Order: sequence, then structure tokens, then C-alpha cells
Amino acid sequence: MRRTALIALLSHWRHRPGQLVTLVLGLALATALWSAVQAINAEARNSYASAAATLQSAAQPVITRPSGPILLEEYAALRRAGYPVTPRLQGRIQTPDGPLPLLGIDLLSWPGLAAPANDDTDAGSAASQPLTPADLLTAPGRLLAQPDIARQLANRSDLPPVITHQAVPPGRILTDIATAERLLNRQGEIDQLLRTGPVPANAPPLTSLLPGATETQPDSPDTSRLTDSFHLNLTAFGMLAFAVGLFVIHGVSGLAFEERRATFRTLRALGLPLPVLTRLVLAELVALALLSGLLGLALGYGLAAALLPDVSASLRGLYGAQVDTTLQLRGSWVFGGMAMALIGALTAGAQGLIRLRSLPLLAATGPDRWASAAARQIRLMSVLGIALAAAGLTALSFGGLLAGLAAIAGLLLGAALTLPALLRLILTRIAQRARSPLSQWVWSDMSAQLPGLSLALMALLLALATNIGVTTMVSSFRLTFTGWLDQRLAAELYLTARSDRQAQEITAWLSPRVDAILPRRSVDIQLANQPGRIYGITDHATYRDNWPLLAATASPWDQLQTGAVLINEQLARSANLWIGDTLPLPNSQSAPIVGVYSDYGNPRAQAITGLSHLTRQFPNLPGQQMGIRIDRSQIPQLTRQLRQTFDLPADAIIDQRRLKALSLEIFERTFLVTGALNVLTLGVAGFAILTSLLTLWSARLPQLAPVWALGISRRQLAWLELLRSCGLAALTALAALPLGLALAWLLLAVVNVEAFGWRLPMHLFPLDWLGLMGLAILAGALAAILPARKLLRMSPAALLQVFSHDR
Amino acid sequence: MLLNVRSLAKSYDDRLLFDNVNLSLNARDTVALTGESGSGKSTLLHLIGALDAPDQGEITLDGCRYDDLDDRGRATLRRTRIGLIFQQFNLIGSLSVAANLSFQARLADRSDPEWTDHIAQRLGLTPLLGQSPETLSGGQQQRVAIGRALAARPALLLADEPTGNLDESNSDAVLTLMLDLVRESGTALFLVTHSDRIAARLSQRLHLSQGRIA
Repeated sequence: MRRTALIALLSHWRHRPGQLVTLVLGLALATALWSAVQAINAEARNSYASAAATLQSAAQPVITRPSGPILLEEYAALRRAGYPVTPRLQGRIQTPDGPLPLLGIDLLSWPGLAAPANDDTDAGSAASQPLTPADLLTAPGRLLAQPDIARQLANRSDLPPVITHQAVPPGRILTDIATAERLLNRQGEIDQLLRTGPVPANAPPLTSLLPGATETQPDSPDTSRLTDSFHLNLTAFGMLAFAVGLFVIHGVSGLAFEERRATFRTLRALGLPLPVLTRLVLAELVALALLSGLLGLALGYGLAAALLPDVSASLRGLYGAQVDTTLQLRGSWVFGGMAMALIGALTAGAQGLIRLRSLPLLAATGPDRWASAAARQIRLMSVLGIALAAAGLTALSFGGLLAGLAAIAGLLLGAALTLPALLRLILTRIAQRARSPLSQWVWSDMSAQLPGLSLALMALLLALATNIGVTTMVSSFRLTFTGWLDQRLAAELYLTARSDRQAQEITAWLSPRVDAILPRRSVDIQLANQPGRIYGITDHATYRDNWPLLAATASPWDQLQTGAVLINEQLARSANLWIGDTLPLPNSQSAPIVGVYSDYGNPRAQAITGLSHLTRQFPNLPGQQMGIRIDRSQIPQLTRQLRQTFDLPADAIIDQRRLKALSLEIFERTFLVTGALNVLTLGVAGFAILTSLLTLWSARLPQLAPVWALGISRRQLAWLELLRSCGLAALTALAALPLGLALAWLLLAVVNVEAFGWRLPMHLFPLDWLGLMGLAILAGALAAILPARKLLRMSPAALLQVFSHDR
Repeated sequence: MLLNVRSLAKSYDDRLLFDNVNLSLNARDTVALTGESGSGKSTLLHLIGALDAPDQGEITLDGCRYDDLDDRGRATLRRTRIGLIFQQFNLIGSLSVAANLSFQARLADRSDPEWTDHIAQRLGLTPLLGQSPETLSGGQQQRVAIGRALAARPALLLADEPTGNLDESNSDAVLTLMLDLVRESGTALFLVTHSDRIAARLSQRLHLSQGRIA
């Protein structure tokens, strides 16, 4: 009995293969977008965890000496006094592809050493025989890196053998501190000490053993918060794309249900019990979900693999977080993706299953019933939509990132639910004012088609509004960021000397040759009880004319030299400080705040004071960095002379233009993923319109045939079909504009401030809106081309089927 | 002669429905075409109505041949010269009764508000003009369809089982109204029906059987 009933049920898909393809593809696309985002998130989180576990620095206090390196004897003294500290030495190794960060640590205490030291020898540079700890700790030592880095270092005779090791954080080289000393030519020096446990109560104070030392909490919690925000945004996008995909599935499964209503009724009339029928339909839904889920996972894997390098570059550029660029299949997102496919299919099919339970044996059949039932829902949906939007706006008053995201979700969903009612109102009004019978029919027909198309139009609204919102945010960000870069990077060249002495020699050499030299020193200290950095700068017109201040006292630059400070926006917002307040500094000191400046892309607290004042407080600060003002035409010659005279490495002198280009490249890559998801979401929405038009086609013909019979040619009707689809897309795009701008405002003024600590001015880009409107109309036209072509090529005999009862 | 059909042939899916059909209609004629199910009555009406093209033969209206027109030409002819009434009414659900009634006349740019009002009054539709067709009964919907077809004063009115969906009393009432209005407008009527009772009320009766008109 079950087999016979199942064959009867499945015969529907043989009869309507287009519906089956649409259903599978819709669910697969939704799962693909969701899985891709989750795969990227899982890869990034795994990289963070790997880095934290390997370097043991996630939450351990760091001891540094701003005035210079910690000496080996001082480290030994601390250990003898009972301080549980482990040393780190950092530097860079030059490679043809650019410098690579090298980290020297005490390998004996590194957890990765317990694992087989050489887990991959295909890099070609590592020894193939088993390694012992002595190999790692004694000359020539070993370098540990992930395979991609190991390949870059292969065949370098000036370096120790390289061992590939998956536990090493991506993008770094790990080695024993003794090997690092040799390679960096810094014998007896230590950059940082990690405190791995509590200091004994009877131990002498830190500064008595290590004069000038400060202990700070690492900034990894902040970075984690920021990367979490980034991933939350990605997840929100994935969820939106999934929701847009669900609209497709809901529409198709609803129509499939209505078209099979007669079959359901017949099966029941022939004696198939309702529970058996329900279970069969449920099993069919689950089978379709699993099939679509697998397809979606494959598509999602491909998408994530394509996007991961850019995400990795974004996270590295924005937060310094190293994320592996090789995608791995992980249970979390594979099973999560399949679960989402199942949940999506069941959610979309739930309405059909419920209606099946209450299906009367005798009732009218046909898709018209579905459309008329949907028409009744329009009013209910608009009421629900208004309530959701109001709830979202109310959530704003609670503050915080989650409240911001809740407001966005409420507003988007609320607007989407209200859209069909709004469109119906507009179309009815236009139809009432139309003069010619044809235009009267076109407008009123558009209104009549809304129930069947509403889900697709809601999907399009969401995609367009998100596009406008995110594009406005990114373009505002780009405009502000570019202007800010022009101001911040006002000097033509930036130079880093090898040592303080060389910096002095370079300064003396440069003085007669350039317009100005702008030395800069910095120290990492606690600012308002959070880890940060304070810079010392000289008083110069370059800063006075260019530095981007959000708020300032009457003469901030004069006051800097007397100990006042400028602070960055992130510090101002996180510590609730503004001009007129004082900035709490270590050792119960403080400084008056005379200005707040924008500092995009930097997650840390930062302050600026006069150089002379800073060097009085911290006399031994390294002074190797400087900005150089010079006529641009002289840059090539000066750079050449500097390199020849002082034997400076390639990366010691940076042209401002190159730095700007680099910064903008990081910026563009940051939003490449967002842009890709944006376009994909719009594509899914276009697909939703196409599937709606195709699935409504059988119901559409009886509406078109009478108009054709009354004297409108098929060509004219085909054009009108195109016009109808384009008109609905254009009206939806118009409705999406204010929604998108509201979204942009929420992103810029609420989410950005909560997630990144800075607020951006909102710029408007009407040309972008026009472009998007064109794209929406194009999507509407593309979606209608297939049905219109079908109509154009339809034989009169097929159209006459609508009227024929006898031949 | 208003309509002249000569040597008309048509097949569907390799099945010959009829060949060598000949018939003619003068202005103001009312002709009923009867025949068994599947004999091709509706197909013949569709060919005369310029809804489809014949395989062979020719059709002229007022001396102008139109069986060889393209889609656009046939659409123009239907819009301006021919009125069509179907069994399923085929009203436009998104337009009001008033808009449906004047739809074809306005499409053909032959709108005559006085004549349309008169038709509405004769068909008893005046109180229903503001309503949606979906709220009307079957009889009322067919009256709107008749009014729509006659509002443009077509030369030829084609009706395919116009009362097939109505009960006997409704059917008689609708047919009476239709015949009265046809007479008033001076239109020729070609009506396809199964019913001998209905066929008997028209001035001439043709029978289609085994591909031949008798």
C-alpha cells in the first residue's frame, strides 16, 4: 500500500520536473551560502584556537621594558626570585616574498614538542630522520612552520633546516630562543616575558629586579571581541541568505502541495490512512532535504574555499589575526549545514503538512485556492510586520551589539512582511488612475498577482535593502577612510632605522636635504586601565594642518608639548572620555585630553603627546622611526641615496603612496567577502522571482488567454509580462531604498560603534542606488524572459486549451 | 455576404478533424452549429474567430481574407470585428464589472458609453458595475461576457456553448437577452452548442459530423 501511494506521490515530480529542480536548487543554494559562511568561521576560529594554544598567550600577562630589551641576566634574576616567566624574542626573516615574522620561545616548554617533531617532510628542507629535542635546542637548531611557509624557506643555506608542523600558527616561524638570537643577531636580548603563573608572595617587586618594566594584560580579549564581531556579521549575512533561499522553497513547496491536493484527496478516498499519508509526505521532504543539503554542502565548500583567502587577508589586515587559507572539512559545519537544510525544508513544508492533516475529502482543487489563501494572509502579514519593526526599534533602546542586530532583524523582517500590502495599495491606486483599458488591466493584474509573487518580492526587498545598506556603509567607510589616510599619512616617506644611533646619523644627513623630519617614538602602556600605546610627536604644521580631529580644544597642538594628550576614538568611546577629561595613566598619573581623533582599523587604545614630554617620562625609548617631508619628485633619488649610504633594507623606507595603496588594498579585501555575499543574495532573490513566475505559470495561462482572445497579440502580451515583472521589481527597489538607508544608519551608528569602537559619517550615493535599481529591473526582466518566451512561442492551440471543452 | 468559409481543413495531433468545410453567413444571421463531442465544433469556431489558423482553405469577412494573417493581424481583427463568448465566461478577475464590460470596446477604440450603458441595463448589470466578477453568480458572469462581446458592436459574434455552465432557466434567460441584443446591434451570430433546444431558437442550424457540414 505504502509503495503504491509513494509512487503516486512521486509521480508529481516526473510530471513537473521544473518544480523539483527549483526546490532542490533553492534549498541547495540556501544551504551553500549558510555552509560557506560557517566553514569560513570554523576555519578562522580553529586558527585562533591553534594560535592561542601554541603560543600560550591568550590571557597571560606580558612583561616588557619600553626603554629597551630585557637582558638575559635580568631574566635569570627574575627566575631565581621565583617569577614564573618564559622569554620571547621577535623579529623578521627576509624572503623573496617579503619579511616573515620569527618568534623565538623556550621550546622546552612548548606543548607542540611533545608531538612527533617532524610531521611532514615534503617541504624538502627538513631532515627525514627522527628528531630529538637536542636537534631543536642546539646549533644549528630548527625552524618550525606550516607547509606554505616551509616551502618559502626551502633550500635556504643561511637558515637552519625547516620542519613543517601543523601546530605552528599560520604565517609565522617558530624556533628556540637561542636560534632566534643567532638569526636576528640579538645575543642576550629578550623582548617580552610571559608570566605563566602567580608571583610568590615573598618575591621582590618586579621593578626592583627589572627597572622600567611594565606588566600588561595582552590585548587578545579585545581582538577576540573584534573578530567575533566580524564573524557575527558574516553569520548574519549567511542567515539572511538562508532566509532568502527559504522564500524560494516555501513558494515552490506551497504550490506543489496545492497541485497535489487532488492526489492527496484521491489517495485518502481510496483508503490510505491520514497518518500514513503524512509520514510519506514527511519522508519525501526529508529525502529532498538530504539530497539538497549534500549538493548545498558541495557548493558551500567551493564558495568558502574561494572566499577564505580574502577573509584571511581581512582578519590579518584588520586585527592581525592569522587564519589558515586552506579549507578543511569540519564536522561542525558539515553537520550544521545538513541540519540547516533539514530545518529549512521542514520549516518551508510545515504549512503544507499542517494543511494536509486538516485536508477535507471534498473540496475544490487547484492553485487558485493557494493564491486566494495567500491573499488573505497579506493583511495578517502586514500587521505582524509592523509589530516586528516596532519591536526591533524598541530593542535599540537597550543598547549593545545584540540590540543593534535585533533592530536590524526586526526592521528587515517587518518591512518584508509589510511589502505585499504596500505594493497592493500602490498598484490599486495606480490602476484606479489608469486611463487606457490595457494599462488598467496591467496594473490591476499586477496587484492580482501579488499573492503568488509576494514571497519572491520579499526576498528581493531583503536582498536589495541589504545591498543598499551594506554598500552605503562600505562606500561611506571608503570615502572616510581615504580622506583619513590622506590626512594621517601626510609625510611623503616613512623610515625605520636599524638602531637609535643610525637614526641620529640619518637625521643629521637628511636635515639639509628635506623639508622636514618628523621623529616619532612610542611606548606600550596602560591607558585608562586598558592596554594601549602612546606616541610622542614633534610640533609641526604637518600635524596641525592634516591630523583628523573629531573634537578638540581651542589650541590642542600647543598643549601637547606641555603634557596634554590626544586620544583615539576607540579609547574615547570605550573609556567614556572626551575633551576636558583627564586620561588615567600608570602609576597614578594622568594627562588632560585636548582632542579626540579618528583611528580606523586599529582595535587598540592609542594616545599622542609631545615628543619632548614623552621622552622625559620614558628617557630610553627607542627612536628609530621618522616621517620625511620632501618634494615628491625627489623621492626616488633620496630613497636610492639613503639605501646606499646607510645600507638600509628594502622595507626600511616606505613611500606614503605605497602605504596608502597597501592600506586601501587591505580595506578592499575586507569587504570583498561582504560584496560577494551581497551579490549572491541578490542572485538568490532573482532566482526566487524566476521560480515564482515559472511555478505560477500554469495558473497564469487562464488569465492571459482571454485577453489574447479579445485581441491582444502574443508578442504584446509577452512584452507586458516582462513589463509586469520589471515594474514589480522597480517598485520593490523603490521600497528597498528607505529600508536600505535605515539599515546603513543602524550599521554605521549602532553596530559599528559597538563592534569596532568608531562611528562613521553616513554619505549618500544616489548613482549607486540608480545602478542597483537598474540591476533589480534587470533581475525582474531576466526572471520574466523565460515565461515571456514561453508565451511568445506558445501555439494558439495551446492557448485555446483554456477555452476548449470540445474539439 | 458577411462570412465565407471555403474548403477549410484542420487536424490536431495527426487526427483529421474536418476537411472541405464550407459555409457562409449574412449580416444579422443567427446560426447554430451542433455535433457530437470531438467532432471539431469548437475548433471550427476558433478558426472563424481568428484564434487559430487552418491547415487548408480560406475564410473571408466582408470579402477580406484573414486565414493567412500573422498573429498581430489576427489579434487586430478579433479586437475590432469579432466578439467572443466562452462557456467558462473568462472574465478578467482583476477588473471591475464595468471595466470588463467596456474592455474590448475600449481596446478597439470603439467605445460608446451610451450603448454600453444600454447593454448593462438590458442585461441587468447596472447595480453590479462596481463589483468584482468573482462575486457574481454564473448567470451574471455570462451576462457580463455577452455585454463585453457586444459593446464593441462586432460584425460577427461567436459563442461557444455560452450557456453550458448554466441551469435551464438561467440558460433560457441569458439566451433570450443575447438574441435580443444581437438583433439590436445588427450583429451576425455563430453559436456552437450541444443542445437541440437552444439550436432551435436560432434562424439556421448546421450539423458537423465526420468532418462534413450538413
